[in-house]
Amino acid sequence: MNAKKIDRIASGVIYALVATVVILLIAILGYILFNGVPDISWSFLTSAAQSFSAGGGIRDQLFNSLYLLVLTIIVSLPIGLGAGIYLSEYASDNWFTDLIRTSVEVLSSLPSVVVGLFGYLLFVIKLNLGFSILSGAIALTFFNLPLLTRNIEESLRSVPNLQREAGMSLGLSNWKTTVKIILPAALPGILTGLILSAGRIFGEAAALIYTAGQSAPTVDYGNWNIFSATSFLNPMRPAETLAVHIWKVNTESVTPDAHLISSASSAVLIIVILIFNLGARYLGNKLYNKITATK
Amino acid sequence: MNEYNLNESYITNIKEKSVLSTKDLQVYYGDNHAIFDANLSFPRHEITALIGASGCGKSTFLRCLNRMNDKIARVEGEISYRDVNINSSKINVYEVRKHIGMVFQRPNPFAKSIRENITFALKNAGITKKNDLDERLEQSLKGAALWDEVKDDLNKSALALSGGQQQRLCIARSIAMRPDILLLDEPASALDPISTSKIEETLKTLSKDYSIIIVTHNLQQASRISDYTAFLHLGHIIEYNSTVNVFTNPHMQATEDYVSGNFG
Ligand SMILES: Nc1ncnc2c1ncn2[C@@H]1O[C@H](COP(=O)(O)OP(=O)(O)OP(=O)(O)O)[C@@H](O)[C@H]1O
Ligand SMILES: [Mg+2]
Repeated sequence: MNAKKIDRIASGVIYALVATVVILLIAILGYILFNGVPDISWSFLTSAAQSFSAGGGIRDQLFNSLYLLVLTIIVSLPIGLGAGIYLSEYASDNWFTDLIRTSVEVLSSLPSVVVGLFGYLLFVIKLNLGFSILSGAIALTFFNLPLLTRNIEESLRSVPNLQREAGMSLGLSNWKTTVKIILPAALPGILTGLILSAGRIFGEAAALIYTAGQSAPTVDYGNWNIFSATSFLNPMRPAETLAVHIWKVNTESVTPDAHLISSASSAVLIIVILIFNLGARYLGNKLYNKITATK
Repeated sequence: MNEYNLNESYITNIKEKSVLSTKDLQVYYGDNHAIFDANLSFPRHEITALIGASGCGKSTFLRCLNRMNDKIARVEGEISYRDVNINSSKINVYEVRKHIGMVFQRPNPFAKSIRENITFALKNAGITKKNDLDERLEQSLKGAALWDEVKDDLNKSALALSGGQQQRLCIARSIAMRPDILLLDEPASALDPISTSKIEETLKTLSKDYSIIIVTHNLQQASRISDYTAFLHLGHIIEYNSTVNVFTNPHMQATEDYVSGNFG
């Protein structure tokens, strides 16, 4: 066999593998969207779920998912940034940083249901937080932090060392160089990672079933007092998210239109996650161009 | 490679006023002793070239002079600048680097606009008035012979410039800080001949107001632009003299072999 022939066979195999991945993706997305999208309506998105009768919506679940997402990012972003900056810009390579990196890796490979059960035992039971948005947000932080830290560290590291030397040679401190030169240059990568992790958080169910709970009490969207039990912002109330809702509707629901609700909810979930993914690319590029002043 | 006696050297005293000098400077990378007993005095407002074969320690020596080797290598001995030993742990290295700027082999502009590349470090150093910033922007770009090429798109990304333009921007960025001394590590080695000669002209002009120390692999370049030349071999300074003498009347065998191309 000559080199040309081998080359052609290898390319053929690679194309076939790539095609398999793409077809799988299109099949899954197509199936979910095809089944779900026709049932999505404005009233579906804006009415409360029903336990026994048909015609329930996902208003509360959708809001809970977004609220949990925001809280989780508020908690995990500062920690992830701190850890990522430390690991990439300050830490020297020794047993201690090795330990941190290994811990981060182990943490990131924990199955989310384990994180959920741990959160249940520690926050819900031991610390008496109950099934609450707060318990859920902390569990999701555990789940999200390793990958976020990793992403931030990698993004910072990928900024060439020449940039650090340039900053140093102009009399900038290590901190100034990091914050004003390295971080902006790494921002598009960090943002992309953040948005992708937002997609993972949004679709997470296992870690939330035992922490944020499976019930969506009726809340008052006009009540902005976060300490009030009926406020939609109260972080101590249980909050079923969209992903948990899909799981629940499929396992124990008695509503006659359970099938419709779960297909439509799945479609909404997928659409939101797709928006996150595409948005990540768009925003990342946009931001890079803005920061580097290229038009 | 030919064997030379590394303990013999020929070091002249400079006629001009010294701007920076080293005394018994030693540099170690872990156990690797990279610079041995360097005693050099650099003249004010002149260009000094550091030459020598690859790996002889030119960059290592240069980077000591504004403390860029901190955390990378162990540097012992004295570096005197304005009668102060700046190789002391008590010295504020950020201040030192404002007085002793550096330009690197590969152009490394910030991923910002041309304007911000210049003004960023100035603002950090406390210069905030728009007039002052604009004045320094124009002056430094003119000083680096880049003004005419970029004056109409100062808000364009510095990354959109050519390699030679980027390197002149890096020179401009350094001189905008109005340092006393400019250290350059093979600033033209990644550039084409036209860009190179532009940079050489720029340095020649700058040497009226700045003391310049330049590492170069290019012997013609050293002889074209420098007033003094130091020849390094295996971490030792073998010869230091006016450039004319180093090239036409070398005192050490190693120097003669190196400048005549019979080295190694
Ligand atoms: N960061 C470093 N860590 C360890 N050793 C180093 C480091 N940088 C340089 N060295 C060693 O120090 C010696 C001198 O290196 P240096 O880079 O100063 O040489 P140079 O004269 O600049 O060479 P070139 O002309 O190739 O740039 C070499 O033996 C090199 O291996
Ligand atoms: Mg070098």
